[in-house]
Amino acid sequence: MAHSYTPGLTVTERTIVRRRRVLPLPGKLLVAQGDRVRSDQAVARAELPGKVYPVNLANQLSIAPDEIKDYLVKKEGDLVQKDEILAENKPLIKWFKTEIRSPVTGTIESLSTVTGQVLLREPPRILDLLAYVDGTVVETIPQQGAVVETGCSLVQGIFGIGGETRGEIAAAVQSPDEPLTAAHLKPDMKGKIVVGGSFLPAETMTRAKELGVAGLVVGGIHDKDLRALLGYDLGVAITGTEQVGFTLILTEGFGTIPMAAKTFKLLSAHAGRKASISGATQIRAGVIRPEIIIPQATSSANSAVMQSQREGIRLGDPVRIIRDPLFGRIGEVSALPPDLQKIPTESEVRVLEVTFADGSRAVIPRTNIEVIEGA
Amino acid sequence: MIVATDCGSTTTKAILIEKIGDEYRQTHRGEAPTTVEAPFEDVTRGVLNAIAEIEELSGRRILDGDRIITPCRDAKTGVDIYISTSSAGGGLQMMVTGVVQNMTGESAQRAALGAGAIVIDVLASNDGRLPHEKIERIRAMRPDMILMSGGTDGGAVTHVVEMAEYVSAAEPRPRFGVTYKLPLIYAGNKDAQPQVKKILGEKTALEMTENIRPVLERENLAPARNKIHDLFLEHVMQQAPGYKKLIEMAGAPIMPTPAAVGVIMETIAKRESLNLIGVDIGGATTDVFSVFGGVFNRTVSANLGMSYSISNVLAEAGLANIMRWVPFTIDEQTLRNRIKNKMIRPTTIPQTLDELQIEHAISREALRLALIHHKSLATGLKGVQQERTISDVFEQQTSGKTLIDMLKLDLIVGSGGILSHAPRRIQSMLMMVDAYEPLGFTMLSVDSIFMMPHLGVLSTINEKAATDVFVRDCMIYLGTCVAPIGQGQNGELCADYDIAFPDGRTVKDRLQFGDLRLYPLEPGGKAKVTMQPAKQVNLGAGAGVPVTREVQGGVVGLMLDGRGRPLQLPADQQSRVAALTKWHDAVDLYP
Repeated sequence: MAHSYTPGLTVTERTIVRRRRVLPLPGKLLVAQGDRVRSDQAVARAELPGKVYPVNLANQLSIAPDEIKDYLVKKEGDLVQKDEILAENKPLIKWFKTEIRSPVTGTIESLSTVTGQVLLREPPRILDLLAYVDGTVVETIPQQGAVVETGCSLVQGIFGIGGETRGEIAAAVQSPDEPLTAAHLKPDMKGKIVVGGSFLPAETMTRAKELGVAGLVVGGIHDKDLRALLGYDLGVAITGTEQVGFTLILTEGFGTIPMAAKTFKLLSAHAGRKASISGATQIRAGVIRPEIIIPQATSSANSAVMQSQREGIRLGDPVRIIRDPLFGRIGEVSALPPDLQKIPTESEVRVLEVTFADGSRAVIPRTNIEVIEGA
Repeated sequence: MIVATDCGSTTTKAILIEKIGDEYRQTHRGEAPTTVEAPFEDVTRGVLNAIAEIEELSGRRILDGDRIITPCRDAKTGVDIYISTSSAGGGLQMMVTGVVQNMTGESAQRAALGAGAIVIDVLASNDGRLPHEKIERIRAMRPDMILMSGGTDGGAVTHVVEMAEYVSAAEPRPRFGVTYKLPLIYAGNKDAQPQVKKILGEKTALEMTENIRPVLERENLAPARNKIHDLFLEHVMQQAPGYKKLIEMAGAPIMPTPAAVGVIMETIAKRESLNLIGVDIGGATTDVFSVFGGVFNRTVSANLGMSYSISNVLAEAGLANIMRWVPFTIDEQTLRNRIKNKMIRPTTIPQTLDELQIEHAISREALRLALIHHKSLATGLKGVQQERTISDVFEQQTSGKTLIDMLKLDLIVGSGGILSHAPRRIQSMLMMVDAYEPLGFTMLSVDSIFMMPHLGVLSTINEKAATDVFVRDCMIYLGTCVAPIGQGQNGELCADYDIAFPDGRTVKDRLQFGDLRLYPLEPGGKAKVTMQPAKQVNLGAGAGVPVTREVQGGVVGLMLDGRGRPLQLPADQQSRVAALTKWHDAVDLYP
């Protein structure tokens, strides 16, 4: 049971991250191995096939499906403009003439003599895949994308919404337990990533949207404000595609929870620096956590260390309690009793002892803490 | 000597089964995180870790490096066979198509669900979506497999061919792997096979099988289900990281976890000729199984669960429905935040009693909603002409009535973390009773430590071993619930009862509305219960008609539920909390 603890979130001044950038379907690679890339630079490009529109000619012309070829004005593979005639009948009296016009601009992809329909496809859409972080291309995947590496400071959040974006870091509050109020947001924060403290009220979200803030990083929010922001109750934690005007990252969880001192210190120290952030969260099947990546000014990537995989929990590890009644408290592991212990619910579980900064201690189930990684 | 694993989405659970004397018994259990994801990307790592834990606990050597030692070398080395189930990486996700939504569409859905799949969408010619919307939808989804059905044999081919054209235009791509073709099973009108082949033969890994609805009056799901299992092994599993190795390691085909649980449920029902409902409530999904009159059905509620999907239970059930089970007051904001915090940290466990009570309240709603979903799919065939006699004139029944009849239900089987690991067994029993509201006499049981998947796959190769372990180590009988149908004011007579216990003791008393009582009746013990219901109250034989039944005991005992059916909970907060507290105290639910 060496694994019975929750792998924590990384908060580290120096590390190397690699981000795999892959197109959703095969396309063209725009960079080569060893290239330096900027976060807003495209590394690969794909053509997303256009939408398909079926038109049932047989029904509209009142003919048998296998007769449609006799009525078609265009052939398979032909380009058509919107409202151009696709097929028509040739009656003796002109009044009875029926013309079928194309609902879209595109090509005639196929026609079927069984169902009597033609399939029209709109022109493809260009999709550019951005590098997302400033760094170096260390691997290319033919037709699919590339792996970009960067030496950076890294902060992982617990939950986020909204996609990838970038901007300068702006510290808005003085301490990690100060809530981020609307008054903290200034017009010059447009396009920036604003770091707050313990809580983000609904008014601040509205203000951030008005100002055009790129990202918000805070300790916690209320679920009801999230629901109001999204317009629906989020059921499953798979996010990243929301469009609410900014990317939001929570470092601690739901409620008013001071941001971990280490996280706050690190982010504040990098105020004015450019960062790449992503709110994408997926807690099932391949955990994805939101992140703030601050590439190092000098490309001293080699001196940084690759994040190593932890094997278990040790005495002295800094931990965060992730379940009530002490939710959000941070302390240090001071004992790891091996035997199962009965907790107030009568469950028998493995526990550990945490000592807090004020010297007080608490016994907590091991599954209810997470290690603060990257110490 | 058998070692079996279940590779779940988060943990891989291994059990060791040994032959002790003439009987097979489950002896040791190990568990390790599933390793389908980076950095390992090899499911066998987790399997080996879980088995290594069994090695440590049992002192038996099972592994030789990365290899499982088979067959047994001596009394302390090796196992005879290794078997496994898997739901890792999100399980088997399928899209199904039909022509008429509630006819071939539903049949296709039942075929896929029965095979252990999660159905991500059902497309039908009459599903109300415009053709280009259907194509967009197919494109947006990345299923592991598609099942196409539609039309009866010899009927019109146009609609099913049209659907094939849509699928072809969408060029669907599989969830894993960019380079391989998506497996597609065609199980529709056999006359359309040549056209479907022409349209989809090149673009997909197409397989043809018998029509799942050859005539309107009959479903023929087995060939399509078998095909799904074959393709699951041949295509889907081959793409998932490490599965090629896993397939080689295993001595029997790898089964999708829910399919294996389904096998066990069907076996129990058949062996004891019971009508049963089984439920497996996990972190992400809740699977419901039922066997009524020998007809097996399975549904999966993909977004009802106790950790990853906990927040969705709140979204679907609504706050008021969850709060009605909580025996104290808590403000909405706190509760909402707590539920979301569980969602983002799914592995945490309740540490205080009130947190446990909140989780139990949520599980009642998840169980209830999943059963409603199940009832809507476990139905007779729709669109079938019914023969009516003169006596049916006043009873306008439509075809496709649900098969779930709570009064005919004999046994409820619960499985999954919240039910298997509840600190007190009575908690599991009351959760199921509150969620399902069984009527009349119903037995309840739980899976002791979650090993039904393992036993399901085991039963396909060694029926005796699976049965032995199931009876001795897996199935824990909780007891019987007796619930009269009817409602009344608190304190009004519900039923008079006599109980004759196996030790000769008798109890004669009256059950009033609003009462919940519990009598100990040990596992294996049988008691004779005679109920004389009040005149508006029914115990299955009609209003006011007395009923005598022999009931089975269990680790909890015999529960008499006079809370009314449908279950009545006081509307105002204060009396609701008082009622819940009274019931909880009556059965000693919490410390």
